[in-house]
Amino acid sequence: MKQPLALAGLCLYIGASSALAYFFPQSVLAFLSVEAALLLLYWAPVSQGARVVLGAVVLLLLLPWLGTLNAYYLEIAVQIGIFVALALGLNIVVGFVGLLNLGFVAFFAIGAYLWAIFGSPHANQFIPGGLFPLSPNWFFVFLLLSVGVGALTGIVLGLPVLRLRGDYLAIVTLGFAEVVRALVNNLDMPINLTNGPRGITPIGKPPLFFKPLLQWLGLDLSDAALYPLYFYFLVLLVVCVIIAVTLRLENSRIGRAWKAIRDDEVAALAMGVPVVRMKLLGFAVGASFASAVGVLFAAKQVFINPESFTFMESIGVLAMVILGGMGSIPGAILGATGVTILNLQLLKGLSLWLNGLRQSGAVLSLPLLGELSLAHLPAQFEPAKYERMVFGLILIVMMIFRPQGILPARQQKK
Amino acid sequence: MPGEKAFGLALALEIFPQVLLDGIVLGFMYALIALGYTMVYGVLEFINFAHSEIFVLGAFVGVEVLLLLESSGQLATLHPAMILALVIFAGMAISGLAAMALERVAYRPLLGGPRLVALISAIGASFFLQDGLRLFESLWRNTFYLSYPTLPFLDSHLPLTEALVMPVKSLLVIITALATLVGLYFFVNKSKLGMAIRAVAQNPETAALMGVAVKRVIALTFFVGGALGGLAGVLFGIHYSLVNPYSGFIPGLKAFTAAVLGGIGNIPGAMVGGMLLGLLEAFAASYLSILTDGAFGAEYKDVVAFLALILILIFRPRGLLGETVRESKA
Repeated sequence: MKQPLALAGLCLYIGASSALAYFFPQSVLAFLSVEAALLLLYWAPVSQGARVVLGAVVLLLLLPWLGTLNAYYLEIAVQIGIFVALALGLNIVVGFVGLLNLGFVAFFAIGAYLWAIFGSPHANQFIPGGLFPLSPNWFFVFLLLSVGVGALTGIVLGLPVLRLRGDYLAIVTLGFAEVVRALVNNLDMPINLTNGPRGITPIGKPPLFFKPLLQWLGLDLSDAALYPLYFYFLVLLVVCVIIAVTLRLENSRIGRAWKAIRDDEVAALAMGVPVVRMKLLGFAVGASFASAVGVLFAAKQVFINPESFTFMESIGVLAMVILGGMGSIPGAILGATGVTILNLQLLKGLSLWLNGLRQSGAVLSLPLLGELSLAHLPAQFEPAKYERMVFGLILIVMMIFRPQGILPARQQKK
Repeated sequence: MPGEKAFGLALALEIFPQVLLDGIVLGFMYALIALGYTMVYGVLEFINFAHSEIFVLGAFVGVEVLLLLESSGQLATLHPAMILALVIFAGMAISGLAAMALERVAYRPLLGGPRLVALISAIGASFFLQDGLRLFESLWRNTFYLSYPTLPFLDSHLPLTEALVMPVKSLLVIITALATLVGLYFFVNKSKLGMAIRAVAQNPETAALMGVAVKRVIALTFFVGGALGGLAGVLFGIHYSLVNPYSGFIPGLKAFTAAVLGGIGNIPGAMVGGMLLGLLEAFAASYLSILTDGAFGAEYKDVVAFLALILILIFRPRGLLGETVRESKA
């Protein structure tokens, strides 16, 4: 009896929020309300089929359509997608296997540089023959290749250190990420592999292989209009593949072995779980996800430099996983979405608003402090620059009050 | 070409004493910070990730005290020893208290839970403190890149030999650090409180049964470790002059590496590890480019330090002098 009611309510909400976004294409809040529809969809008491259909409608039709009205929406959606994929990868390492990896961004960087070096004219600097940039069709080859390279790097790093105690592992992975960043930053000498801090550009975009089909259908969109939509669907596809792989892994022998190791390593060992091999596998799977997302990121950004791969990013992804709930797939998705929106929209919005107030020279009267002229607010104070504080607070508060996260992993029913 | 090789060798020999001195100064700095990590690890078995911010806090307290003295005109009138004592005392006291407060707020509620939870909370605290410091300085001075005022009595040099000049700053670092390390040795090994710290590190339950107030001892350990970090911060600021809220991250990471190098939980180990890492880094910074003919330069010193960490953990996972932590309870 409750179901049809909830379904009707959901449809109404989706319609209303998309109408809002349609009539106010500049409004951040309207767009947030559309995104919230997905969360409601997860919580609403409707059947699985209705959930899938409605989710597909929102993700495949509504969001792209709204994106054609305001390209910024698609940009945000793509960013969210990239972080969701990263969070899902880290979720395997931290959430399933229970290994704290503080250098996750290193694998992301490896994937990004893999495509950046060979998908741009840059590789001509050390490989003679003028073969580069590779044709866009190679993009998909590199997407697959990066999975292998990421897994291999994960294994090479994991092999010596996975026998260590957990907190040593955290520091070693952190050191590894710093080493990768230092290498990327400095390997413009003696052979120019990475172009150092100047970064690499222009990086090739994926091929528009479906363009003839669109023309045949009578849709003649320009490349500039097509790419944002294309990236949106590409990221969506990658995220779906990652979710599918993660789900399959979670409910397999491997997933159960991971959780056994996380809950009690000694007991798992006694039950015959090959602990080191399973840890390596988890490490490698997480790394390969990050590396594949890196290729996508490089192609989307067109320009990358070492600034995008700092310790901040590793902690940001960790904060996403922890906020959502370690070991929970919906949690990782929610955490990544929440933190990205917080970073890209709320903090930036707050900064703009404060700047506006500062310029208007408004005077704020506070009950205890008296009158405070906002024009005197120090110029250094900008909320958008304080993402570390936000991440830090998320981590402490979650650990103290709700270590299992917002959407905790469901306990296996027996 | 043989001529060039000989030139490289001559250069290498010529800069050797200077590099050694730089390495020793850096080594004492790392040793002081590493002690904070190792002592806390000894009693709680957990990496106090925010220790690097306690260190930076010390540096900021130092610069604030000096700037206040400067603006009130007392920097020129007070006796140099008085100024130094004041700065060092303020840095140590505030950093020590901050470390205690941190333990109370961010770690104590998590005691007894899984280790990962406390570590994540510590990372959060580290990030929060970095931006907290930035926020404070942004509102207070409208900039968070501060530089220490020049102290004329510290800017002179003692010419030891023709090739080697000893800056008074370096001498200050070495003497202060040595005195503190000796003091710490006596405190930990000869005093009653030191005995309590060692007892808690060995076995908290038994220590509690013997009448040791475990929670207070843990707080005391944080205070001592934090004060050492604060001292390192002040010395860092005096020696390198420029500080910002994020300048603690890399030294903190290195100091932790030093603690692991010497064997975590092991107090003499932290000193040995710090000194070794400082020397390694100074030599890497100066000699890498000579050894590789300029292909790899000083910018690879961090890479060398972290590679050393990884190698040590592979071949001697308990550090050079061995860990002195209890067997982990599963």
